[in-house]
Amino acid sequence: MSPESMNILDKPRAVITGRPVVPGVAEGEALVTRETISGWGGVNPMTGTVIESRHELKGQSFANKVLVFPGAKGSSGWSGIFHMAKLRGMSPVAMVFNIMTTKAALGAVVMRTPTVTDCDQDPLDIIRTGDWVRVDGDAGTITVWDKKPD
Amino acid sequence: MVKLTDAEQAMLEGDSGAATQWIKDYYKEDGGDYRAVFSRFDLDSDEVVDVPRMNAFSCHLQGGMDPMLWQEQGMTEAAHDNFVADEQSVADHGIQILKTCTPYLAGNVPVMGEHCAWMESSAVVFANSVIGARTNCEGRESTSAAMLAKRIPDFGFHRDDYRKGHHGVDVRVPVDSIFEWGMLGYFVGDAVQDTIPVITGNVSDASLIRHKHFGAAAASSGGVEMYHMVGITPEAPSVEHAFGGPARGDIFIYDEAARKRIYETLNSVGNSEDVDYVMLGCPHYSIEQIAQAAALIEGRKVHENSALWVFTSRAVKATADANGYTRILRDAGAYLMTDTCSAISQAVPKGTKVAALDSAKQVHYLPAMMGIEGWYGTTAECIDAACTGKWKGKLA
Repeated sequence: MSPESMNILDKPRAVITGRPVVPGVAEGEALVTRETISGWGGVNPMTGTVIESRHELKGQSFANKVLVFPGAKGSSGWSGIFHMAKLRGMSPVAMVFNIMTTKAALGAVVMRTPTVTDCDQDPLDIIRTGDWVRVDGDAGTITVWDKKPD
Repeated sequence: MVKLTDAEQAMLEGDSGAATQWIKDYYKEDGGDYRAVFSRFDLDSDEVVDVPRMNAFSCHLQGGMDPMLWQEQGMTEAAHDNFVADEQSVADHGIQILKTCTPYLAGNVPVMGEHCAWMESSAVVFANSVIGARTNCEGRESTSAAMLAKRIPDFGFHRDDYRKGHHGVDVRVPVDSIFEWGMLGYFVGDAVQDTIPVITGNVSDASLIRHKHFGAAAASSGGVEMYHMVGITPEAPSVEHAFGGPARGDIFIYDEAARKRIYETLNSVGNSEDVDYVMLGCPHYSIEQIAQAAALIEGRKVHENSALWVFTSRAVKATADANGYTRILRDAGAYLMTDTCSAISQAVPKGTKVAALDSAKQVHYLPAMMGIEGWYGTTAECIDAACTGKWKGKLA
């Protein structure tokens, strides 16, 4: 269902355009953080839970959510950990990030998860945790609703 | 569009290597099959492929256990059998068994300008910043592809314009010891995240181990993959050179207040003063550090309520054995271990609740991974803690 075909009540709150990283379309509930994320040593891949001391998402899982974050930090094990989370069924369904690095790009590629970066508006300002978000990694668009459209 | 040479086109079409010839029916869901694991995890392939000898000069990074002291680390017989089989496969594929996060201390030292595809964030930042080699912070799957293809995308740190500074760091307190360099590194990573800092001011007494600790810390609190220290690192003869023009970005001030805040941050996961484990060797200790640790503990004993494990590479341990440092540590009740560390292997002495560490990187990771408390201090404070079972560290 495209945004145009929906009931007026289901009109998206925002549409953001960026650069596709990994193709495909996926949607889910957003989990948003303004803090960069460590893969190895920062995430438990068995549950998709952030474990880093003092991280604002500590104890929260990104499993089956749309992860919206500034970028990757820390160990080069970033892709390996997110890859393992994928194989355990605990990875995000889609990702949106601001800062392109080898870590984040490789992680997105091996998870084969629709991913968009380089957006025309800062997704961290637009998207809130709990929003319903569709990431179109073919068109490079991110569509945001307050809640899941009926 | 990437333009391929004839040889690269042949590689793409599978003419030259078995890696692109899919072999089915060998994948075993229960793992243990080197080809299956390598295909799935290292090449991101759903199908099991035959893995040829590596084409690029390739070295193994850290491994999962000490080849001799694995039982002390709490590893099972089955895990050790896997370790032995895996190592044989690695050797058979022409990958050097360095098993270290400090390859530059174990015989894999690139030169300035050399293009590499490295993993291990502390080694990547060292290669780019201290040596002037060129590597992005690759991951498991991209390094595996690079080992076979002997190619890596010409992106990021391989390009001149990408290696220029984004923000300044003005150091206003003396940073002249490994302990201080580690704290400054942790500050810098937190401040600049994954950009390139240009550090000026009161930094002195540069040495390999200080850079090693600084870079590891900066790559943990942030994602620093390259830094410039003006007058110290090779691509920063001047501020202008380091920035590739006039200074830009923000200027972060490292003063006494910032230093105190970083010390408190690093020690925020410490509460109990009863230290039951001291780990040294993150990144893997150099022979200079092992000599220092041996000198600090010679004639003393590790406390009955505590333990001391020191980690290094096999190459460096050979020298430590020859110098008698391994024996001095053993006589004191400590172990000199190789290949791994407590964070990589997730192995700590049984019942560990509180660790003391002389590495900002390790105190960043280990407590979070193991659900334990952690203290950060000098090497001498850590060895005192191992010998007394009590943490007495403080900021001078």
